[in-house]
Amino acid sequence: MSPDVIQAILLTVVTAATPLLIAAMGELVVERSGVLNLGVEGMMIIGAVTGFGAAQITGSPWAGVLAAIVCGALFSLPFAVLTLSLATNQVATGLSLTLLGLGVAGMIGEQFVGLPGVRLEAIAIPGLVDIPLIGRLLFGQDPIFYLSILLAVGVWWFIFRTRAGLTLRAVGDSHGSAHALGINVLRVRYLAVMFGGACAGLAGAHLSLVYIPQWVENMTAGRGWIALALVVFASWLPLRVVIGAYLFGAVTIAQFHAQAQGVAIPSQFLSALPYLATIVVLVLISSNRRMTMRNTPASLGKPFVPDR
Amino acid sequence: MTRIELVRRPQHSALFSVLSPFIAVLITALIGGIMFAMLGKSPIGGLYAYFIEPLTEIWSIHELIIKATPLILIAVGLSVCFLSNNWNIGAEGQFIMGAIAGSVMPVLYPGITGPMVLPLMLVMGMAGGAAWATIPAFLKARFGTNEILSSLMLVYVAELFLDWLVRGPWRNPEGFNFPETRSFHADAILPEMLSASGRAHYGFVFAILAALIVWFMLSRTLKGYEIRVLGESPRAGRFAGFSAKRMVFFAFIVSGALAGLAGIIEVSGAIGQLRPAISPGYGFTAIIVAFLGRLNPLGIVAAGLILALSYLGGEAAQISLGVSDKVANVFQGVLLFSVLACDTLIRYRVRFVSPQPAAAPEAVR
Repeated sequence: MSPDVIQAILLTVVTAATPLLIAAMGELVVERSGVLNLGVEGMMIIGAVTGFGAAQITGSPWAGVLAAIVCGALFSLPFAVLTLSLATNQVATGLSLTLLGLGVAGMIGEQFVGLPGVRLEAIAIPGLVDIPLIGRLLFGQDPIFYLSILLAVGVWWFIFRTRAGLTLRAVGDSHGSAHALGINVLRVRYLAVMFGGACAGLAGAHLSLVYIPQWVENMTAGRGWIALALVVFASWLPLRVVIGAYLFGAVTIAQFHAQAQGVAIPSQFLSALPYLATIVVLVLISSNRRMTMRNTPASLGKPFVPDR
Repeated sequence: MTRIELVRRPQHSALFSVLSPFIAVLITALIGGIMFAMLGKSPIGGLYAYFIEPLTEIWSIHELIIKATPLILIAVGLSVCFLSNNWNIGAEGQFIMGAIAGSVMPVLYPGITGPMVLPLMLVMGMAGGAAWATIPAFLKARFGTNEILSSLMLVYVAELFLDWLVRGPWRNPEGFNFPETRSFHADAILPEMLSASGRAHYGFVFAILAALIVWFMLSRTLKGYEIRVLGESPRAGRFAGFSAKRMVFFAFIVSGALAGLAGIIEVSGAIGQLRPAISPGYGFTAIIVAFLGRLNPLGIVAAGLILALSYLGGEAAQISLGVSDKVANVFQGVLLFSVLACDTLIRYRVRFVSPQPAAAPEAVR
């Protein structure tokens, strides 16, 4: 294979991985605060539909990106109010956020079906983009890819290098102790959940403005759930989320190429690969108890009701 | 800003245990009314089209029963799972695998007819759903794998498997290349109950039976007690000598079998053949049904009828008001949110607190 072909394949891998990376990075912050939000799929599809819609109406893909981030964060609020202020079951509430998101997005999106989309164009850095093999990969990508890298570095830095990140981890590991130290547990969790919503929204915008610049119903196709699995796979470490996202991107693209090459396996089996890979990865990770337990936020999924 | 403050009740409120589903339905109707107003429709007219109009005609009540059947069957099984703290959210996949396994006879052996075909199909449907549900159960019990994610991933796999079957090996040889299997022969069709007035089939009887049996098990037997104890406190369950691992299998197999039964009943009773899409998300809507029914099989029967109404209302409103049938999904999502929010009232007193300028020193408690 020529360097150009290899680069083209790697480019598609990165494009497939970017929404997973962004959504998983957001959910990682949410779970580090001790909240399990299963609504990623719902927030992501809201981001996809509002991003597409705003770009369509204004003609500017950037308006789409902004709208997706804002709407993703806003859409996480019902989940936050229920699980945090009303101490509801996080699993059930997150599920209902996903169901609601798919419903609302389907309703809003009906008017967008079949419309040509607005593409968020790639930004090429002159000179550097012509480097063989890695030029376009690193310097000729869509803006959301650059954002995703910034996000990954930023989340790592925030969690492990700042005082606020320490507070976040404290809240996630022992909400009782954090409360006793005077930390406003619920405020930290509200902010974390909304950050997760914003990230999921941005991931959705990547789908409808870069990956497939169109609105297709249920276009997230389980990516929100795969992002949730990635956080477990990464055992709550940002760097491993990046690795995991690119691995999944590679699996997705490998099955596309296999289908295009006319491999003698039915296309449905190839399409099932990313989902099966998710299960395999979850099994491998969970069978290694020590590695998972070390980083699992101890308060994950437990409601916190301050005593008064 | 006003804050919400929760005060734990000394014991669960009996009043709100009964009232909370009704309050939730009211809140949903209110939000629905606002939504119709925003869509430029009359709120009263919209709600009428959704929740009353489908009940005014007898054929429509038949349709209601057809749609409620899978919802009730699946949700009854899910109640066992959720009560025992096993989060099976892959019922949609178990529904599909049940439909596939149950269809083996009429699709592959259409020559075999007779009164034994239908019972065999139902049993095979249950086995198919249960087998599919055993995968996440095994992974959870053996490796500690998160069952939420594994059961959900298997939904996509089941959908793709069905898609491959009906487009490939199981495609009707005389079907002009349409992606569907041959139509089931008469002995493989679940009969209608009152064929003079509508299409409702005997599947509903199975749904009611399942609800009664599981209700009896949950409220009157040791197994039911075991389910509750392990769900609320696995530690206490261990001291009582209950095995959490065996419960994982039990809960998943019961719910998988019921979801599989729902699948083959839907295919044999309502559709009559396998197609690429055989469910408008029954497996997910049943999660709402289970919670609206407060995880009580008898409550689930009522909740299943209400959610079935929202599907029918969606179709009716599309015709009479010209609003999208997607509105039904929004209704369902809002309903689950309201149910969960109202359940808080059972365990907590909710107070709205305005910030005070200066907090008085707190008395010694």
